[in-house]
Amino acid sequence: MSPKVLAVDRLRRLYGGTVAVDGVSFDVGQGEIVGLLGPNGAGKTTIINMVLGVLEPSAGTIRIEGADIAASRVRALERTNFAAVYAPLPGNLTVFQNLRVFGLMYGVKELPDRIETLLEQFDLGRLRNSRCGVLSSGEQTRVSLAKAMINRPRLLLLDEPTASLDPAVADDIRTQIHEFVTRDQVGVLWTSHNMYEVADVCDRVLFLSRGKILLEGDPGALPRAHGKETLEELFIAVAREPLALRRD
Amino acid sequence: MSSFRRTAAIVLRQFYLMRGSPVRVLPIFAWVAVDIVLWGFITRYLNAIASPGFDFVPVLLGAILFWDFFTRVMHGVSIAFLEDVWSHNFLNLFASPLSIREYVGGLVLTSIATSALGLLTMVILASTVFGLSFFVYGLLLVPFLLVLFLFGIALGIFASALVLRFGPASEWIVWPIPAFLSPFAAVFYPVSTLPPWMQQVSRLLPASYVFEGMRATVAGGAYRGTTLLLSACLAGLYILLASWCFTRIHRHAVRTGLLARYSAESTG
Repeated sequence: MSPKVLAVDRLRRLYGGTVAVDGVSFDVGQGEIVGLLGPNGAGKTTIINMVLGVLEPSAGTIRIEGADIAASRVRALERTNFAAVYAPLPGNLTVFQNLRVFGLMYGVKELPDRIETLLEQFDLGRLRNSRCGVLSSGEQTRVSLAKAMINRPRLLLLDEPTASLDPAVADDIRTQIHEFVTRDQVGVLWTSHNMYEVADVCDRVLFLSRGKILLEGDPGALPRAHGKETLEELFIAVAREPLALRRD
Repeated sequence: MSSFRRTAAIVLRQFYLMRGSPVRVLPIFAWVAVDIVLWGFITRYLNAIASPGFDFVPVLLGAILFWDFFTRVMHGVSIAFLEDVWSHNFLNLFASPLSIREYVGGLVLTSIATSALGLLTMVILASTVFGLSFFVYGLLLVPFLLVLFLFGIALGIFASALVLRFGPASEWIVWPIPAFLSPFAAVFYPVSTLPPWMQQVSRLLPASYVFEGMRATVAGGAYRGTTLLLSACLAGLYILLASWCFTRIHRHAVRTGLLARYSAESTG
């Protein structure tokens, strides 16, 4: 097992009397891509928000490379970054300006060089002086991913990163993320409703249902272990008949 | 060093916004210029019809200049904060290593820059067009402006905290706060004009001491330095209270999930 980048232990989150996340424990290793899967409302985004420190857990701990997010927030978040469709970068700044502002915020060394590398890597060079608000959704996603990688994070949280991309661009993006993960040994927590994508990129998947981890394992082997042909079939079963399945 | 860079990032973001949008820059000059021109002519008219010997310019136009400076400082902080509300940027900001102190520090630095530009505009207009001489206030001009600046910062942070607490729809709270305070701050008349209960409120406002001091100085009377020191301490105390309030509300927003949902509410 590779060293842990993210360690989540007995994480719980209540909203009033409703349990959104119920005693979830898992970890993400260096260079590992872990898929966090589940139907809408299963608790995926709630977990990501807690890992990012914008939502306080009701119980449990989150450690990013050993730094407790509750006690050492700055140290934990300096080595983390994220991209999510619901958190676009300010549309009134250009691509370059956004990368510069967030690069400063994350304390990136040799920032001009880093920005140029990312502009090239995500094919954003011709858009560097365009305001993010006028970009297509696919272009905005690429800018968000460039921002997510600006500080060379040790932990990358991707909440449906390819949701608004056409299949060709999505494939390019997956390849780029995969290369980044392999090269820099980054740990990734990836949510997606695209089971083809999950099977393609994830080393391990966690199926969430009603705030609990129902299943965990290799995306290639897990469906057959539960009598299903594909990950998509397994997803549908988790969404419709969670009680018929249980965590191994 | 990292802390400085994060604060600089907040200022840089505001600089980029203004550089790329004249619509954002214009209000820094326009409103204060309109006020100075309007009240400049009113003071001229009053000087023409009032008994000779009393000059309305340093009392009335000076009061407008000071009050507009205070308002610009307060709005400078709040508008910089609202830019993040309008662009649904909280998740990006607060999921970064940025601390509340660094964030608020960035808002305050932005306000220093914008309010200084507004002040410069007012000083040039008031002195060149309407003959307002700042020598009449003597060295007290500096502490007068400093107290108003500190009080404006405190109110700007407090107003931003309220918007963070009550959501984007509460943005309107920011705009009328100076107007609500102005009767109590005794901008145009002595505090003694107010009924006793309003005088009690007035004593809690650092701005009221500045305007009392300004009138006393123009009239050639004495103004105690200890009173000015008291108002500066009061303004400093309000900055601490407002910062505490912002931090508590942010903490509450993280605890309740309000911060995570803020972007969603912004778009609703």
